[in-house]
Formats: sequence, C-alpha cells, structure tokens
Amino acid sequence: MTPLLRVRDLHVGFGRDPKANEVVKGVSFELMAGQTLAIVGESGSGKSVTALSINRLVDFGGGQITAGSIHFQRSDGSVLDVTQADEKTLRRVRGSGIGMIFQEPMTSLNPVHTIGAQIEEAFRLNRGLTGAAGRQAALDVLDRVRIPDAKSRLAYYPHQLSGGMRQRVMIAMALASSPRLLIADEPTTALDVTVQAQIMALLAELRAETGMSMIFITHDIGLVAGIADNIMVMQQGVAVEQNQIDAVLDNPQHDYTRHLLKAVPHFSAGKAVRTDGHRVEGRAPIVSVDDLVVRFPVGRGLFRAKAAVHAVDGVSFDLQPGETLAIVGESGSGKSTTARAILGLNSHQRGAITTAAGRSRRPIQMVFQDPFASLNPRLNVEALLAEPAIANGQRKDAALHERMQFLLERVGLPADALERYPHQFSGGQRQRLCIARALMLNPDVVVLDEAVSALDVSVQARVLDLLVDLQREFNLAYLFISHDMAVVERIAHRIAVMFAGQIVEIGEARGVLADPQHSYTKRLIAAVPAVERRNQHFAVDMTQVPSLVRQAGYEPPEARWRQAGIDHQVRVEVAS
Amino acid sequence: MTRVFGALWQHPSGRVGLFIIGLYLTLALLGVLGLTPHPALKQFMIDRLTGPSASYWMGTDLLGRDTMSRLMLGIGQSMLIAFASVAWATLAGTIIGLFAAWLGGLWDGVLMRLMDVLLAFPAILLALLIIAIVGPGTFTSVTAIAIVYTPIFARVVRGPALSLKQRDFVDAARTFGSSQRYILSRHLLLNLVAPLAVQVTLALAWALLTEAGLSFLGLGTQPPTPSLGLMLAESKNLMQQAPWLMIFPALTIMLGILGFNLTGDALRDILDPRTQRRTA
Repeated sequence: MTPLLRVRDLHVGFGRDPKANEVVKGVSFELMAGQTLAIVGESGSGKSVTALSINRLVDFGGGQITAGSIHFQRSDGSVLDVTQADEKTLRRVRGSGIGMIFQEPMTSLNPVHTIGAQIEEAFRLNRGLTGAAGRQAALDVLDRVRIPDAKSRLAYYPHQLSGGMRQRVMIAMALASSPRLLIADEPTTALDVTVQAQIMALLAELRAETGMSMIFITHDIGLVAGIADNIMVMQQGVAVEQNQIDAVLDNPQHDYTRHLLKAVPHFSAGKAVRTDGHRVEGRAPIVSVDDLVVRFPVGRGLFRAKAAVHAVDGVSFDLQPGETLAIVGESGSGKSTTARAILGLNSHQRGAITTAAGRSRRPIQMVFQDPFASLNPRLNVEALLAEPAIANGQRKDAALHERMQFLLERVGLPADALERYPHQFSGGQRQRLCIARALMLNPDVVVLDEAVSALDVSVQARVLDLLVDLQREFNLAYLFISHDMAVVERIAHRIAVMFAGQIVEIGEARGVLADPQHSYTKRLIAAVPAVERRNQHFAVDMTQVPSLVRQAGYEPPEARWRQAGIDHQVRVEVAS
Repeated sequence: MTRVFGALWQHPSGRVGLFIIGLYLTLALLGVLGLTPHPALKQFMIDRLTGPSASYWMGTDLLGRDTMSRLMLGIGQSMLIAFASVAWATLAGTIIGLFAAWLGGLWDGVLMRLMDVLLAFPAILLALLIIAIVGPGTFTSVTAIAIVYTPIFARVVRGPALSLKQRDFVDAARTFGSSQRYILSRHLLLNLVAPLAVQVTLALAWALLTEAGLSFLGLGTQPPTPSLGLMLAESKNLMQQAPWLMIFPALTIMLGILGFNLTGDALRDILDPRTQRRTA
C-alpha cells in the first residue's frame, strides 16, 4: 500500500543562503492513510517548519526546501511531489487535500469579516454550499466545536471572541473542507484543558468518520499520547527518535526523549501537592476579596446599557502571607478578570478588596502571561527594572542599582543583562525578567496571570522552581492564575475553581485535586492529558458553557456552600 | 541612532537619498555663510541673461544676478521653511494624536474631527486661506504649512498609540503606579519614534513642494530674498530666451523631493519590525 505521505531526507533553510541556515536537517517519515503522526519538540526544534513544508506554506515565510522529496497521494490516486509542484497545483492541494490549523488564532482570522461569513466562505469554496445551506453548515460546525450560542456568534467579529473561541472557529473552518490530511500546528495550546480534551476527542472522531490522516505538532507529549499512532521527536532540526507511540513512551531510546518525558508536568491527582507552608487558621489575610463583581456593559440602550457580560459574579476569597492560592478555570471563566480587579485594572467593578498594610506602598504586583508583550521593546533592562522604583519616588542611585543586580542574580539572569534589550532574551529569560521587575518594590503579593503558560515545558519547570524558592525567601503570597492542573498541583497550597464567573469549589489543594466534589471540577480534572492515561477513551463532551450575557439588573441567586472537609468548600449545584 | 544611519547608508536608495540631503544641506550652509560663487543679490548689469559659462555656472537672470548663488540661498530658504514647518507639525500632531488616543471618548472625537476638517481641504488651498488672512512672509509660510500637515501627524500617532495603550506593558506600568507622563513618554512615544521618523522624512518632501508652490504664487518668500519657487515664477516669462533660469530651480526642487522620498522609503524598510526581526 502506498503511503498517503512519504517525506524523504527533507532539508529546509531560511534567509539569503538557505543551505547555510538550515532549520530542518534531513527528516524522513511516512504516513499511512487514516493514521496520525505526532511531531513533538520544543520551540526551535523545526517541527512547525517541517509541517509547513508539506503544503509548501513555508515558502511564504521566507523558507526554502533545499533538498529531499515530499510525495503526497492525491484523492485520484496519483502521487504528487510537493517539492516540485507549481503554485497553481499547490493551491488546489492546500484547499482540498491538506487542511491546516494554525497556532495563532488571532492572526489567522480576518478581523473585518464576521466569523459566520468566514466559515460560510470556507464551505462555499470547498463544498459549493451557498445561502441557507452554507449558513446551516456553518451553524452545525460551530456546534461541533462547542461554541455556545452558536447562532448569534455567527454575527460576531473575531475580536469579540476570546482566544479559545477563535481557535475553535479556526478548527471549524479547517473541517469545512474535509481534507485527506489535516496538519494541526499546536492547535490546542491556547485552549483550556476541558476544551482541549473535547477538541482532541472531536479530531479523533472525525478521523474515524472520514479516514482522514493527521499530523499533530505539539510540545506536549502527554497530549498526543491518546490520539497518535506514531510519534517523531525532533530536536534542533533532526528527528532524534521515531517509532510507534507505545514504544516511544514506554521505552524511550534517545536521551532527549527521556528528558522531554521527565519535564512534562505530571498530574497525579493531589499526590504531588506541596507540603511546605500551611495555612494557619485565623491568621490575618494580606488580601481579602469580598463579593467582587465585574460586569462589562454590552448593547447600547437609550440611557444605559441593556445588558452586561457578567465576567466575575460574587467572588470572595482571602490570601494569607506566604501562601499560594491558585485560581483555575477555562478561558472566559473570569479568572484573569479577577486578577486584574485586584490590581484595579478593570473599569466596571464593585465589591471590597482589602489589602493589609504591606512592606511597601504597592504591596501587590503582577506578572503577565505573555513575556513578549509585557516588556516595552524599546527600553533596556535597566530602564525596565527601574520603572517601578521611579514610579514610587525612588532615585536612580547606587542602592537601586544594587537591588537590580541582586534581583537579576536571584532570578538567574547574567549580570550583564542590565545593558540588554528584551528581544535579546529567550521567552523563559524574559519571564524571569518580569518576575524580577515585579519584585523590585518588595511586594507581599504577586499575581501571576498564566505566568508559565507560554513557556516550553522544561523552561516551565525551572521557572516554577524559581517561584517556589522566591516565595520561601521573601515570604510572598501568590495568586496563581492557570488553566494547567499539573502546574497548579506543583505550586498551589489552596485552589479555587472558577466557572462562568463564579467560584464553584475552593479549598486546600490536596483535597480539591484528590477528592473533587463539584461536577465542573471533576470534568476539569478528568480532562487533564497525561502519558499514563493514554488508553482512556475520550468522549466528546458537549456540555455547554452558559452564556454570561445577562439583562441589566440581573443578580445571581445567592450562593449556598457545602463543607466537604476542613478547608474545602463546594458550591451547591442547582439543577437547571 | 548611529545604527539607523549606518543601515540607511547600506540601503541602496537610502544612500542616494542621504547623499542628496547632505549635498543640499552643505550648499545651503555655504549660502548662509556667504560662500557663494558671487554675491547672491549683486546685479552684474553687463552680464544680464548670460547662459551657463565658466564664471556663471548656471547663468544669470534679467537683473544680472548669478543663478547658482541665488539657488544656494534659495535652497537654504526652502529648507528652513520645510524643516521649521515640519518640526511644528510633528510637535503639534504628536501631542494631539497622543492625547486623543490616551484620553479617548469625547476628547478623541472632538480632536480627531477637528483634524478631519483640516484634512478635508487640499493642502495648498488651506495654506492660501491662512496666508490670505495673515498676509505673506516667511513666518506665515511656516505657520501655514505646519497647520496643513499637523492632521497627518495626528493620525499617524493616534493609530499606533491606541494599540500600544492596550499592550500588557502599559498595564504593567499601571500596576507599578507609574505616572501618566512616564507612560506616555516612555511606553507610547518611544515606540512611536519609528513611524514618526518615516513620516517626518516624507513630510519634508511635501513641505518643500508646498513652499515652492506658495512662493511661485507670490505668497511665500518675498523678493529680493531668493527661494526656489520664486525663481521659477520669475523665469516663466523668459522661458524661451533663458531656459536655464527655469531648468536649474526646477531640477533642484525635483532632486530635493526625490532625496527626501528615497530616504523615507529606506527608513520605512529599515524600521519595519518585520524586516528588523529577520536581521536581529
């Protein structure tokens, strides 16, 4: 049987002299029809470039295939060498033969068209569906990728959707062409675990239905464990190991594969929680939040907004010095909004946020998710670190310089870093820089908003270790916002689970993870991907996230809480 | 800064543009210092309307004044007006655009609608209107051209400023309690330097042309001070007897605009973040 795809000794280079700047250095693999290949590696390993070469999209990024062949079997049985094909043939192949889902959902959608129009366009081009049939197909496919209020969402523009929603739209569009080969380039990296599990289940189901092959690019071995047939591990442009999935996972041959498998944060349902630093009952909290409400008005009435998005609805918790409270939940659950509210960055909030007198005038500091966006690219490290101090009336003197040096060394950056600019650092180093900057004012509380989510797994593990060390050294309290249960398990003392703007379960980490009580917490924990759970069957869970848009004046019913253990409270679920 | 100049010199059209601008600045400086081949205002009555020759490289005019010397002074005059007016337009436009973006809401609406009104007039017509009210002269030309080009700068600044305002590093600055002044200057303005630099170079070319146009109509620089547009105007009746009187000022204007445009294009290539990332 001829394979659907046969790649032989592929070399891809960039720049003026592609032969000298090779990013992919001789990769070979085969893919049978209906099979799934996972390409695993950290950023810079050449996994995306390899995948982009298969439909020659790499040409548009300045890359060039310098050697090797890519044979793709088309639907009529003929075999096409993609490396030699002309642009016209390639366009046809990209449309119906090879579908693609990209990593970056914002830039892949056209911001001036509604998502409905864009999905209908995909159906019109690929299946010739127009008018009502196209609209119905768009509606169905949106339902399949679990977008709540699918009907009204068709009229939304990309910027009105969250990152997770946008990626679901992208996946819906790729599905429109029912391709023979689907290349998914880190498609679920930006998604929540429950959605991620659903998308994986959905892709697996689609594969079974249509006999479509898949190439799945990811940095997370645990994620592909359940879906891939074969796996290829890449490092610096070379495939260091490729074999059947069980062979690689159970008996890795190459050192790098072993390293990757070890670095992946393992979720162990509460067995790996921290044992240091316990909450002392009755101790005065450093921050306490009482009945926080954040609503963003939508839809203009004559005098006031007709409705509001209830982003955060009645959230209360407190944080003691030196402890970590992790807030977990899906995108749109209000966890980031809660974090921003504590720093006063929202415009429509009410409720009491009480902060005890801290060590400095600004006892709460924040580290953002994207280390590339949260540092001004035009300022050097010295100016970046000095900013919080200057803002609080300090002078740029020897003492300040000493503190900068101390913190840089403490977060593990070289001493000569002060002169350099953000773009000269890697993602992990930049996040260390952000942490150092947050510590400049000697705060009591650091809000970490998905602070390690954008980092590679091995970098992530080191930054987490650093955070734990810093917490002990400076007696910091962390408010750790994350969607990643495995990461949360490593750093949290207590966990609050948020769903649709409300806390549904809060308590000591071990209790919440080992014995989840609320149905949403259970679902969240069940969705965590792991190497050990690869033989579990994922079902497409079509549970809808409730719409958060409410009529003006709506107040949610008062929450009733149930005690599930010492320091473990669960919101009583109301049957709906 | 030196990095940008180095890159400009490496860029093919940037090098030509920089060379032309450098040449013009040198000529203008020599003119201002009085180091012209002949005194610019002196009338050599015997040599009236002489063609280009060894002693008058670009010929003489109806009053026997040396064209080349007058051109050198004229370049100085035109450049002075162009640079001064663009400097004012940049300053005013940046402040207006920045505040419109930062304050938002009503302020944004009022300021930008005002800019739209100015932008709705053709540049030369608006300049004419202003001069008609105030009366001609060097200072009026500077003011008129500055007002005409302010809205362009306001727009160039407002767009990127709006997106910068939403960036995480601005939120981060808020969490430290940085002052508005600090955020506006270090986080917004510093990131606007690149688009502004490109716009300034291109605006210099337009300002040069507008100044020439106004002087041609007799509304800019007043005689006997030489200016490129004025020299063109004086030559128009002698086009047949003394074509050099028209050719040299016209070439000077064209070459000057070409110089600024080439530099502007090169700057845009160099400062474009996409090309920058590839070289970094």
